[in-house]
Amino acid sequence: MISTAGRGLVLDENLLFEKSQPGRVGYSITGLDVPEVFPESRLIREEIESFPELSEVDVVRHYTRLSTWNYGVDSGFYPLGSCTMKYNPKVNEAAARFPGFADIHPQTPELLNQGALELMYNLQRDLEEVSGFPAMTLQPAAGAQGEFAGMLMIRAWHEANGQKRHKVIIPDTAHGTNPASAALCGYEVITVASDGVLSKEAVAAVMDDDVAALMVTNPNTLGLFESDIRAICELVHERGGLVYADGANLNALMGISRPGDIGIDVMHFNLHKTFSTPHGGGGPGSGPVGVVEKLEPFLPVPVVIKDDDVYKLEYNRPKSIGRLKSFYGHFSILVRAYSYILSMGGEGLKRATELAVLNANYIRARLEGEYDLPNKQRSLHEVVFSEDSLQNDCHTLDVAKRLIDYGYHPPTIYFPLVVHGALMIEPTETESKQMIDEFCDALLAIAEEAKTAPELLKQAPVRAKVKRLDEATAARKPILRWSQE
Amino acid sequence: MRYLPHTEVDVQQMLAQIGVSNIDELFSGVPEDCRLKRPLDLPAAKSEAETLGFLRGLSEQNTKTSDWDSFLGGGAYNHFIPSVIDQLVSRSEFYTAYTPYQPEISQGTLQAIFEFQTLICQLTGMDVANASMYDGASACAEAVLLTIRAGKKRNKVLLSQALPPQYRETVATYCRYLQVNLVDVPLQDGVTDQAALKELLDDQVASVVVGYPNYFGQIEDLAAISELTHASGSRLVAAVAEPLALALYKSPGDLGADVVVGEGQSFGVPLSYGGPGIGFFAVRKKDMRVLPGRLVGETIDQDGQRGFVLTLATREQHIRREKATSNICSNQGMCILMVSIYLALHGKQGLRQLAQVNYAKATYAKEKIAQLDGFAVPFSGESFNEFVITCSESVASLKTRLEQQGILAGISLGRDYSGLEDGLLICVTEQNSREQIDRLVVALAGGEA
Repeated sequence: MISTAGRGLVLDENLLFEKSQPGRVGYSITGLDVPEVFPESRLIREEIESFPELSEVDVVRHYTRLSTWNYGVDSGFYPLGSCTMKYNPKVNEAAARFPGFADIHPQTPELLNQGALELMYNLQRDLEEVSGFPAMTLQPAAGAQGEFAGMLMIRAWHEANGQKRHKVIIPDTAHGTNPASAALCGYEVITVASDGVLSKEAVAAVMDDDVAALMVTNPNTLGLFESDIRAICELVHERGGLVYADGANLNALMGISRPGDIGIDVMHFNLHKTFSTPHGGGGPGSGPVGVVEKLEPFLPVPVVIKDDDVYKLEYNRPKSIGRLKSFYGHFSILVRAYSYILSMGGEGLKRATELAVLNANYIRARLEGEYDLPNKQRSLHEVVFSEDSLQNDCHTLDVAKRLIDYGYHPPTIYFPLVVHGALMIEPTETESKQMIDEFCDALLAIAEEAKTAPELLKQAPVRAKVKRLDEATAARKPILRWSQE
Repeated sequence: MRYLPHTEVDVQQMLAQIGVSNIDELFSGVPEDCRLKRPLDLPAAKSEAETLGFLRGLSEQNTKTSDWDSFLGGGAYNHFIPSVIDQLVSRSEFYTAYTPYQPEISQGTLQAIFEFQTLICQLTGMDVANASMYDGASACAEAVLLTIRAGKKRNKVLLSQALPPQYRETVATYCRYLQVNLVDVPLQDGVTDQAALKELLDDQVASVVVGYPNYFGQIEDLAAISELTHASGSRLVAAVAEPLALALYKSPGDLGADVVVGEGQSFGVPLSYGGPGIGFFAVRKKDMRVLPGRLVGETIDQDGQRGFVLTLATREQHIRREKATSNICSNQGMCILMVSIYLALHGKQGLRQLAQVNYAKATYAKEKIAQLDGFAVPFSGESFNEFVITCSESVASLKTRLEQQGILAGISLGRDYSGLEDGLLICVTEQNSREQIDRLVVALAGGEA
């Protein structure tokens, strides 16, 4: 029998503000050991209106209950395509909490934080080895900021060469961040259609001397390796452009292929995807960027360097694009990623890639007969089905919601945009054959339900904390905060 | 490897189902000339014990604020973190979840964000807050971009020189290729010079950006600055690097700010060498639809039950692509929880009391140091938990001298401010006992503490 989500006691919980009781406290502050003084009264605010007043127990119970309404990788299978929801190892969490990492101030003199700088330096070297780039910045706060940093470096390089180029080519399968990041650098976006993979001809048709760069995701969001990539890079380079790679899907390539070796000039990593750091319910991410030699002078400041066995933060870099945020990056996320690399080793990283690809292909093999697969080329770490084989007016959204009743987090849906009703499944390497079999059984059962009992899909989910939510009203009449009525 | 569950039998069965004979065949889509022909040159895998041992070794080469007398602030603040926070954020239903794209199984994250948005509105005195940005500096840069978008062809932005230097640098990076004219507003007695501001304001100015408190810990006269700014039809952006001050001082919203951004690290987020922090971003209702970042809204489900969803997504990159209000695609989910739990625990009374403790301790230290020979407090105005001192001794030698006594005395101002080569920025929080402060004063004066 196919397992479904079971029953359990789901506890309701009001908002913090609704639970608040005047005079209740959840803190203890050490008594004042200096004379009590107050600022001038004209500067002082009234009490913060409607701010919560709760005991420690209230707060603990509140967030514990909220947590039970969530679904995480630790709860179960989370095949969210393009997001690489692999297991988040606990040793990483332990390491990030070492007092010597958690309690260090960013303005401490460099000589007094050599361990932190050494860790960053080592991580840079390791990411360089995985990606094939000779230089790296760890500063970007997330993948999207990494894209921004990379595109800024591309523009700064062109301008340093006396070139004013205005356009960036982006395939239609790209993440939305790509065009948004290019626009933030003042570029006009030229969208190019791809037929599964990007062809050299398609790029040649739009490539001219006003194109600063091509942004490409490899493997792309259909899970396909861009097989013309070398020729495409050469073409772009011949016309004086650079090639940016979105490294969101690097989990498919570790130890197999290195973007820096095949003509890519800049690439960001998503440490929260490939390198197992937690997604945290939306962040913080971490988006290091690797670059080829000629872009190294443009890296954001500061850069971690090693000089006579002393690790330093280097600021004196006249060609740098500048600073992207305060301090040096999401350090505690960097600790987690480094911990992962230490635990996996070079062979382990390659094995992770192999098993991620094996898992995705296994899902494809199990579902291909029942779900429509628009792109038949050999896919890597993820597989994208369309909704075209679903019966009785059932759609991708209905399948996704029904999967919740079976106890799974749904795949990414309606992305990439080039697939009709896309159902984008990325299992990652940390799921077992047994888990994947159960998931495939559930999806096959749902396809059958679409034929025989479509209302089960239309009504789903029925086993979650809430039923389908009215998103249209939420957007039309936005209620974005609690307020006292 | 313990994270990889496949047995050899599993692998063989899966390959058979796929119809290939080995894993290499699965990579047939990767052309030969794109292959790496050697193993990755990385160390062999370590056991969990080895990994922890190695990382602990690195961590022990660092200087912990818990072991030293630290008076460092400057955008990252050493506040006490209640034990509750790490216990709760360690619930992996929170931290191993993704962005709440499937609201039915993400109500925990969504309600927590909705509460966070509310807490930020209450604290800043604003109408609408988003689900957070990377940090205070990048939030400040995004605020500048918002005012350009909303500013109807105005392309000049006035940045107070007392805005934290890292914020100013980040704004410059974000505006690098966007034809925004960034102009510095000079200082007078450690705060934004209002006469100079008045001179600089014209009908091309989209916004004025001021720190509150500013980099020197000074409380700017936001009401007056707001009046000047609005008189020229510009927006006022208040950037708050130390939000604990907002529990004590009038809120920027109350004083007329149009956008309030800042850094939430003070509220329960570990220092972690400067990251991750959490940027907050709040606006008036009129700017709701040009906000960057995620927003959570209240709605109901099919049964009429209250629930929460991501909303107004048509502003965002996954829908609008190059026309989005920002390229941001994450929020600091884990840090939102830390901040919200911290604020919920401290609440109305505790946050105020804590701010007063910070103010009293910093004032005590400031007055003591002002009395020392060879030291001065150059700015006369109100300061919160940070203040500037100047010294006749070289700042570098002074800092080294104090480091030898286990004291991190403060941040040199010379690199960012010409004219303040003799300046040191000192931060005092509830973590600094009177004993520590007294030791600092003795050490500054040249004594052995």
